[in-house]
Amino acid sequence: MAPQLAITLVFFYWPAGQALYQSMLRQDPFGLKSRFVWFANFRKVLADPAYLNSIKVTVVFSLATAIVAMVVALLLAVMAEKAVRGKGLYRTLLIWPYAVAPAIAGMLWLFLFNPSIGSLAYLLRSLGIAWDPLLNGTHAMVLLVSAAAWKQISYNFLFFVAGLQAVPKTLIEAAAMDGAGETKRFWTIVFPLLAPTTFFLLVVNTVYALFDTFGIVHAVTGGGPGKTTETLVYKVYNDGFVNLILGDSAAQSVILMAIVIALTAIQFRYVERKVHYG
Amino acid sequence: MATVDLKDVKKIYPGGVEAVKGVSIAIPDKELCVLVGPSGCGKSTLLRMIAGLETISAGTVAIDGKVVNAIGPTERDIAMVFQNYALYPHMKVYDNMAYGLRNRGTPKDEIDSRVRSTAKVLELSGLLDRRPRELSGGQRQRVAMGRAIVRNPKVFLFDEPLSNLDAKLRGQMRVEIKNLQRSLGVTSVYVTHDQLEAMTLADILVVMNAGLVEQIGAPLDVYEKPASTFVASFIGAPPMNLLALTGASPGSVLADGMVIGSAPGQSKAVTLGFRPEDADITFAAEAPAGALALPATVEAVEPVGAESFLHCAAAGSRIVVRVSGRASAKPGDQLRVVARSEKLHWFDQAGKRVD
Repeated sequence: MAPQLAITLVFFYWPAGQALYQSMLRQDPFGLKSRFVWFANFRKVLADPAYLNSIKVTVVFSLATAIVAMVVALLLAVMAEKAVRGKGLYRTLLIWPYAVAPAIAGMLWLFLFNPSIGSLAYLLRSLGIAWDPLLNGTHAMVLLVSAAAWKQISYNFLFFVAGLQAVPKTLIEAAAMDGAGETKRFWTIVFPLLAPTTFFLLVVNTVYALFDTFGIVHAVTGGGPGKTTETLVYKVYNDGFVNLILGDSAAQSVILMAIVIALTAIQFRYVERKVHYG
Repeated sequence: MATVDLKDVKKIYPGGVEAVKGVSIAIPDKELCVLVGPSGCGKSTLLRMIAGLETISAGTVAIDGKVVNAIGPTERDIAMVFQNYALYPHMKVYDNMAYGLRNRGTPKDEIDSRVRSTAKVLELSGLLDRRPRELSGGQRQRVAMGRAIVRNPKVFLFDEPLSNLDAKLRGQMRVEIKNLQRSLGVTSVYVTHDQLEAMTLADILVVMNAGLVEQIGAPLDVYEKPASTFVASFIGAPPMNLLALTGASPGSVLADGMVIGSAPGQSKAVTLGFRPEDADITFAAEAPAGALALPATVEAVEPVGAESFLHCAAAGSRIVVRVSGRASAKPGDQLRVVARSEKLHWFDQAGKRVD
């Protein structure tokens, strides 16, 4: 048997199979025996208001993170492209955050916006905003989105810079001679030509926000206050490892697996078949 | 509709490189001015300065008598045909042509009628719903032309528009551009490195070299009286034969020591030139009167059908002679190349023409 197949079997198929199996088991509170319950766990999870809330939180968090990360990155890329001097320096500095580990990034933002010691929290309060992410769910979500988006901006920035450089200069010049001002040129020529990059990043950012932000959630809010920032991935952890409801947790992770498969299908279907001009 | 006046225009790049070193050209209304020169001579930079895509370091560019140095390309009311066409790849042909009109707030029905009538002139009517990538090179070229024409601008600029086409199509489009420009009566500036395009299209021919104008004039005047050895060797295919003159009495002895009769006033000349078609060959031993007769050895014969080119070694240089029909000489033949005195061109030490 080929070694890569063995690795896939041990590290992918076996755990996936275990998850599938456990999602149909129910354990007693002491973990002494378990019972096969077919799809009862799924029915229970999907009917649970806390799970439906988590879906809502995840949708809001993922969309907000993807949009904020992409809009800010595009803005920075356009500005960095316009810089006459020090282009390389700007780019280097803007790419750095990508090298920061998610948990560290989370701690960074947590400290900056900590209601009692955070310097930026102090600034917000002096502006008259009652900043309190420990009690206010909206504030906690804003903080979480900021931290998650901040880390992804570098990645998006890199792709947008490359995308902008691929737009032929003569097209911009032709548009200028056709009477289009700078803003109009951007929206009618540059932005449509960036569409393949934008679509690719939309998928990548959504996947990132959905599955790759556990570290940030864990460091910044831990899903709280209450359950206002508990994303699907974080709920899997909470229910499984904190509350020790292994059946529910496994059912949730199987649902997540289905979502990943659907997203991968979308990516193969639309992103791999790149939009080509020229 | 508009005149274009360049006065002592210079382009100096931040590094100190001077791409255009002071060029003055006056283009009258409705005329087509061709800027021709080797690559790096500054012709494209000059065109881009007229377009407003490059800043003008010194001097003035005036369109219709109004200095436009401080006006951006958006407000100059100029249309340009780019070398790579620069068609908007995400727009259909119709939208490519309508883009400029929409930006200027033209009413919708007027845009439609103008785009459709322009498309008709350029035989693009059936292609309006296609995207640029679905068009052939020649069709893209037409769309680029259409996008310029439909706006009815004050000035057309062409930046080597035919260099991406094959030879046959290039010939066709050259004639079409000339006809269109004449029927529309729009003042135009056309940049090319192809001397054939330059000769056939130009009302005014500007030969440029190393950031400076070598000569301005009607194409045939430039051809018949090249102002310098550079122009003589750049305009004409094959180029003018140039022979170095040496000796104690300047302007009278060729490099191999052969003494030729020098006309008065040409004593300063160090270079003698004649066009391949102004020379002939003879096997006769005596030189005809009133003509330069160079003993030469035929090195190669190039028959091209209606004419043949003889490549010969003479007076220490290689020269080309054009004879009509089939050549009677073959490689290795010793003969004389004869050029009549009034067809000779003389150039001084600086390469300038001496009359």
